[in-house]
Amino acid sequence: MEFLRPATWDEALAAKAEHPTALPISGGTDVMVEMNFDVHRPSALLDLNRITELTEWSITDGVVRLGAAVPYSRIIDELSEPLPGLARAAHTVGSPQIRNRGGVGGNLGGASPAGDAHPALLAAGRDVYVEACSVRGTRLIPIDEFYVGVKRNSLEKDELIRSVFIPVADGPQQFSKIGTRNAMVIAVCAFGFALHPKNHTVGTGIGSAAPTPRRAVEAEQYLQGVLEERGLWESGDLLGTEVIQKFGELVKAAASPIDDVRGTADYRRHSLAVMARRTLTWTWNDYSKQIRSAA
Amino acid sequence: MSARTIQGQKNLQDITTGSPHGIGGSPLRPDGTLKVKGEFAYSSDMWHEDMLWGMALRSPHPRANILSVDISEALKTPGVYAVLTHEDIPGSKYYGLEIQDQPALAIDKVRYHGEAIALVAADHPETARRAVKKIKVEYEVLTPITTEEQALNPEVHGYVHEPHEYKSHGSGNICHSQKLVYGKGVTDEVKALADVVVKGEYEVGMQDQAFLGPESGLAVPAEDGGIDLYVATQWLHVDRQQMAPVLGLPEEKVRLTLAGVGGAFGGREDLSMQIHASLLAQRTGKPVKIVYARDESFFGHVHRHPAKMSYEHGATRDGKLVYSDVRLVLDGGAYASASPAVVGNAASLGNGPYNIPNVRMEAIALYTNNPSCGAMRGFGAVQACFGYETQMDRLAAELGMDPVELRQLNAMSEGDYLPTGQQIDSPAPVAELLRRVKDMPLPPPLDLTNLDIRELPGALSNTSHGEGIVRGIGYSVGIKNVGFSEGFDDYSTARVRLEVIGGEPVAMVHTAMAEVGQGGVTVHAQIARTELGVEQVTIHPANTEVGSAGSTSASRQTYMTGGAVKLAAEAVKYALIEKGRKRYGWAQNDLNLVGGKVVSESAGVLVPMVDLLGDEAIDLTREHHHRPTEAFDKETGQGFGHVQYTFCANRAVVDVDVELGLVKVVELTAAQDVGKALNPLSVVGQIQGGCTQALGLAVMEEIIVKDGKVRNASFTDYLIPTILDVPPIPVDVLELPDPNAPYGLRGVGEAPTVSATPSIVAAIRQATGIALNRIPVRPEHLTGTL
Ligand SMILES: Cc1cc2nc3c(=O)[nH]c(=O)nc-3n(C[C@H](O)[C@H](O)[C@H](O)COP(=O)(O)OP(=O)(O)OC[C@H]3O[C@@H](n4cnc5c(N)ncnc54)[C@H](O)[C@@H]3O)c2cc1C
Repeated sequence: MEFLRPATWDEALAAKAEHPTALPISGGTDVMVEMNFDVHRPSALLDLNRITELTEWSITDGVVRLGAAVPYSRIIDELSEPLPGLARAAHTVGSPQIRNRGGVGGNLGGASPAGDAHPALLAAGRDVYVEACSVRGTRLIPIDEFYVGVKRNSLEKDELIRSVFIPVADGPQQFSKIGTRNAMVIAVCAFGFALHPKNHTVGTGIGSAAPTPRRAVEAEQYLQGVLEERGLWESGDLLGTEVIQKFGELVKAAASPIDDVRGTADYRRHSLAVMARRTLTWTWNDYSKQIRSAA
Repeated sequence: MSARTIQGQKNLQDITTGSPHGIGGSPLRPDGTLKVKGEFAYSSDMWHEDMLWGMALRSPHPRANILSVDISEALKTPGVYAVLTHEDIPGSKYYGLEIQDQPALAIDKVRYHGEAIALVAADHPETARRAVKKIKVEYEVLTPITTEEQALNPEVHGYVHEPHEYKSHGSGNICHSQKLVYGKGVTDEVKALADVVVKGEYEVGMQDQAFLGPESGLAVPAEDGGIDLYVATQWLHVDRQQMAPVLGLPEEKVRLTLAGVGGAFGGREDLSMQIHASLLAQRTGKPVKIVYARDESFFGHVHRHPAKMSYEHGATRDGKLVYSDVRLVLDGGAYASASPAVVGNAASLGNGPYNIPNVRMEAIALYTNNPSCGAMRGFGAVQACFGYETQMDRLAAELGMDPVELRQLNAMSEGDYLPTGQQIDSPAPVAELLRRVKDMPLPPPLDLTNLDIRELPGALSNTSHGEGIVRGIGYSVGIKNVGFSEGFDDYSTARVRLEVIGGEPVAMVHTAMAEVGQGGVTVHAQIARTELGVEQVTIHPANTEVGSAGSTSASRQTYMTGGAVKLAAEAVKYALIEKGRKRYGWAQNDLNLVGGKVVSESAGVLVPMVDLLGDEAIDLTREHHHRPTEAFDKETGQGFGHVQYTFCANRAVVDVDVELGLVKVVELTAAQDVGKALNPLSVVGQIQGGCTQALGLAVMEEIIVKDGKVRNASFTDYLIPTILDVPPIPVDVLELPDPNAPYGLRGVGEAPTVSATPSIVAAIRQATGIALNRIPVRPEHLTGTL
């Protein structure tokens, strides 16, 4: 097995173009486990750890550009304000060791339906983009188009992820995850939810309950409709149990889970509805408080 | 985590010496700091010049005939030194702990998913892995026998072991069975005495030992044609006993030395890589190391028997038990392993620490094509405890009684009889232990105004901010035997040497005891200090140069090998005093070794040990045998079967998110009688560890097997408790000495693993009102989404 260690981003892109089957390795928390379990033996490893800009983030015009290799622990420490949903998701990833190594680029690269960053990214708004680069140039892939199948993403063979663009939160965001123990657990299912008061939209993301991470589109539309019709964005008034209940049911309906060793399809649907109701309640309460304190 | 030691009323005179590092003190373990810092050398860290790597090809099918095995491509791989199948085995092809029914390499058929078929030795693990992939096996895949119904109908579903190849005493697909009848058994007449009857069917999933250090060892071919094996195991001598016939060697040419063990819990009682590495070393003439990968480890050791249990209890209106009628079906999987002894324990202990005048019981272990099951902490007593303790709660509910009072009303105590007819002849403070856990202060209720979500079910997964949380409390008590039973003489040997080194008296303790994390090496040094009045004690590496120490299992090592160290140290002490009598003509009968000196109680210090010893070393070996036991009668289960009993009671407090079915154990209290705490810190650690493993079985640990195939052979999906799952475990230690045991001690390690699980399930039941007849409890059970 070849071990490629480019020192710069351009060298990395050139190496990937020259060795399209080379497997990028960033934190290695997926790659090394898979090699250990003999899932695959790539012809070459492309080590991205020398490329420092991948571990940097910046904010320009209300958008966070998050380097692919910024580890979860730094997302928690440094980006909890602008990216509360993603930071909450990061908090649930693995253990301190894993959070020190792993990052969003690796989560996207693996594109596992159980990856915890995905529901948070999906919920964070329509303007989330994966910056995919190759020697041919740069594409901004909308997050909705990124996940194409079980553990498959829309990267081309010669492309690497440089960063992710995520709008700075303009409202409360939440993330909830079910696991059968209280830490260090791969999601049985997960749910990300965000309120976007600026453009009167809401965002959802479902994890581990379909072949790919996905949004609950009808649930979003229903809720947006209610919020608009009743002028709730302006008033911050109570949603009422009926709305919360209906939202939960629509989230549940958006999932297409399977039975596996981690849980049954029925449990996943059931718990998604519960998480949807709870996260909606928490975010809305926070939002109401903001409205009232502003008034 | 808090702990306090409470002296029992009947304590022996204080046997603790002046040395804080003698018995009764809590010196730290010599391996502790190294392990925490990652500096301890485990068996998987060994390296030898010129060494090869061994690897096994394992069956992807639980049941298949092997039509052919083609090793030619594998052999041609550059770097490969040997490829072996059963045809290359020089000696006997079968081995086993109790019944030699397991082929060292599969012969013409495979009986479980993961069974080893062929071996490769290569100069690099990656080369070995590739060569294994090149071995071509043609299988005729058969429908596996996986359920009780299938196993008990061999005419329809066939045999795991064909009748002509039967090596166990069972027949059909029954590996072992034990019946028991006590009092009048269960007759119409007996049943008529009961005012209330509670019946239940219970199920226990397959738990794994989940030790972190994978099976590993290094086999080095010796010049005399023998093998030196460095290995992580639980019993060096029984490994040797099983290995030698397969290798075609006399036992003295198979020499074992213990390598660093990364946990065991019963999972290293059977052989794993021992024979395989040795066969490869014999063939290649080179040292061969084998280290299992994590997934291979799940196939490479036996698990706890899954169980299906039916219990019926009858009681009078005022709560006195009248009878019990019990059937326990344990799935032993493909090979016998320790199944017969597990069945013996299940049958003899499966009615719990209760006085029940009339009992009918049957326990069986099946042969199936599921993974083999054998020894695991609690050994046959764990499954049953979930059954009888659930029954006690249901009976209490039926009678409108307090569940603790019902238990106390029926609790056995010293002088009472087990359903085997064996009288309990040392303290059995069952009611007292229950009282103690009940009287402990309860943790404060959840404070919803000041939440730390790490304290809630789901913790940082952020599933609840207080919604859906209901608290429950549950109690349980359990019984476990200590030492090997049913007539087995599992003696231990110890060698103790006393000499002057660097101007100081130094003792060396040499045993074959496997230190698997239980702290035996700490305790042995403490015993030597106490008996010999020295501070400096070295522990010789455990190997087969000294006699057997028996197994590090059955909560027996402090009792058995500790007892042997005591005997050997006493012998050394007497020899030294005798030497002094000869030299100085001492006449006193009150001589002892204290603080490096020979001391007379009446005359004071007589002479420093250093002067008396001079250049001479006193080096003596002693065996320690426990009192004899006897086999259980096959039909009635009667017999003086067990050496000693140990009891633990628990109280569990849980918070359940009843909407999501997630559980957080808030506190798990334990009270246990340990006879004498030789090392109180270790004792508390054992009890807390045992409780933790029991917590795992209650709410998460299960090997999921579907159609004979293991579905979660990894720590990604076989979940064990993390620090956020383990609550504070306050421990109340009772010390009521057992007059039959060295220092009055009682084995500690297993009782909490037996007793704690049902208390947690009872607490969840109280919070949810759901019956919960299966463990581990999954969120699906609590949300009706199974
Ligand atoms: C013990 C443990 C617990 C875990 N728990 C969780 C959990 O709770 N939640 C969770 O979501 N995940 C979990 N994981 C999985 C893993 O940590 C995450 O998926 C993490 O985000 C991976 O990041 P990484 O940098 O380590 O990726 P790597 O392992 O380096 O790479 C992962 C994949 O992404 C590709 N890749 C990496 N960087 C790039 C890039 N810049 N461009 C293109 N492709 C790239 C790699 O080729 C590979 O396919 C756990 C893993 C372990 C070992």
